[in-house]
Amino acid sequence: MDPKLIQFAIVLVFVPAAVIGYILLIERVLAFVPPKRQPSVRPWLWLAPAFLFLTIFLIYPMVQTLIRSLSDKLGTNFVGLLNYQYIFTNGDSLSSLKNSVIWLVLLTILAVGSGLLVAILFDRVRYESLAKSLVFMPLAISFVGAGVIWKFMFDYKPAGATQIGTLNAAATGLGFDPVAWLQNAPANTIALIIVATWIWTGFCMVILSGALKGISTELLEAARVDGATELQVFRTITFPLLLPTIAVVSTTMIITALKAFDIVYVMTGGNFDTNIVALRMYQQLSTGDTGRAAALAVVLLALTLPVMVYNVRRFREQEAQR
Amino acid sequence: MTTAAQTATITAVSKRRFPKPGKMVLHTVIAVILFIWLLPTVGMLVNSLRPAAAVSSTGWWTVFSNPQITIENYQHVLNQNGIASAFVNSLLITFPSVVISVAVAAFAAYAFAWMNFRGREVLFILVVALLVVPLQSTLVPVLRLFRDLGVANTPLGPFLGVWLAHTGYGLPFAVYLLRNYMGGLPKEVMESADIDGAGTAVKFFRLVVPMSVPALASLVIFQFLFIWNDLLVALVYLGAGNNANLPLTVILANLGTSLGGDWQYLMAAAFISMALPLIVFFALQRYFVRGITGGAVKG
Repeated sequence: MDPKLIQFAIVLVFVPAAVIGYILLIERVLAFVPPKRQPSVRPWLWLAPAFLFLTIFLIYPMVQTLIRSLSDKLGTNFVGLLNYQYIFTNGDSLSSLKNSVIWLVLLTILAVGSGLLVAILFDRVRYESLAKSLVFMPLAISFVGAGVIWKFMFDYKPAGATQIGTLNAAATGLGFDPVAWLQNAPANTIALIIVATWIWTGFCMVILSGALKGISTELLEAARVDGATELQVFRTITFPLLLPTIAVVSTTMIITALKAFDIVYVMTGGNFDTNIVALRMYQQLSTGDTGRAAALAVVLLALTLPVMVYNVRRFREQEAQR
Repeated sequence: MTTAAQTATITAVSKRRFPKPGKMVLHTVIAVILFIWLLPTVGMLVNSLRPAAAVSSTGWWTVFSNPQITIENYQHVLNQNGIASAFVNSLLITFPSVVISVAVAAFAAYAFAWMNFRGREVLFILVVALLVVPLQSTLVPVLRLFRDLGVANTPLGPFLGVWLAHTGYGLPFAVYLLRNYMGGLPKEVMESADIDGAGTAVKFFRLVVPMSVPALASLVIFQFLFIWNDLLVALVYLGAGNNANLPLTVILANLGTSLGGDWQYLMAAAFISMALPLIVFFALQRYFVRGITGGAVKG
């Protein structure tokens, strides 16, 4: 038998036993604590593993990255803002920043827009759940897998040769010249964003559709009885009521766009002016330039800050309403 | 107006809303959308089943006029390109990461939802804030930490680091989702358990966990898809060159650059990597949808 499978069998038993064992252990320990003090000690023991993980893998590294972004290649000498100066003057870094902003704007608009459109359309037919799961399916496929699928959709052969890529076959079939979708900037970045839209529309659709079902049908029918057209109903009732949910989905997409990595890595490797911050950072990391990689990470983090503040605010409002 | 009359008017109105031609337009538009959505995947699936010569010279749609089907591509990638062992690696990475993250998150969520302690709100706001942190901003220090601690030299090998990292990255979302769900469990049930003198561990495993199954199930699927499909964490912590331990995503990405023109193998490999997530997704999608809408639309 494959030694890996034996390893897997051990893991299958050991890991669940370890996590459940932790709870049994702390409750055993708590039995020695005077009953009066138990309620003040217990929560911390239940929270401890989670905060240990959060500290080691998110909080501590974030602080370290911040410090490292002010250091040189090896992380030994303080260089001030030199790495940031490099990012904001170097052509490749600037172009990756520009592309990330394009991703942020376009992916959010396209994914939320098409998610809303299909949620509304599917809401009106009986085969709604089937249609939804088909649109949702790409999210289950890895982004790498999606990259492979679309690389072949976008495949390009020079004019005159037989096109084996779906899109160029359609283009030449209609009498147009074949297009090198992934080579020509800035169309190639848009092509990559379309792949991401294909993946994320289902996610937006599911959440928006949930909110759509929450709108009272009596309200909609009343408006229709009063003679409102479908468009008016959407503009004056449905859309305003969906707005909070649209905001939630949009923030999720903004973060997704900023973190995007796999699709570009697989489809163009960041060439042909398609690079984005997350991939550029990985490239700096693999050439050993940790200072610049860290500075790029900080830029990325800074871009997420407004969303973080917005989320925390929204959360506090929700809690206040409880 | 009587209720019956009202209903009649409403039915009449809703019927008028979509007269027959309108309904046809609606169905057609939906059919076109679904066609576009499925086309890429169907094309790839067809090509993964066609012989090499056919794939490189003609489009996948010619399969309808000239059906040539083979499973040779699958046999090839399973034998030659290390796809089978990568599949095992993906399992080895995914399973423990999912178990640890969901369990640890459930413990914390329970404390947040049902225990009173000072700093509860502040700590939970910290979790909400961490939801958006790009994991890229943690890569360098964690990589260094793993190296300093010699994580790769433990008996569990390089996988240990990946499990722990995935757990850390998945936790904010997991704690957030589960706390929202657990907070909504009926108070009376929890209080009656207290009166019966049930211990905290008993209450957690006998009451809270069974009642939270929908949220737990959706979280498991979420974490499974997220970790199974991850490329970046595996690339950075396992290293792109270390072939024996790499998961499917990395192998697939490497094939994409090295195979160049050998589309048919790439397609077969891609489809193998998607098979398990697709099965999981279609088997459990009811939970999945319920889980994310429950977590995200609340309020």
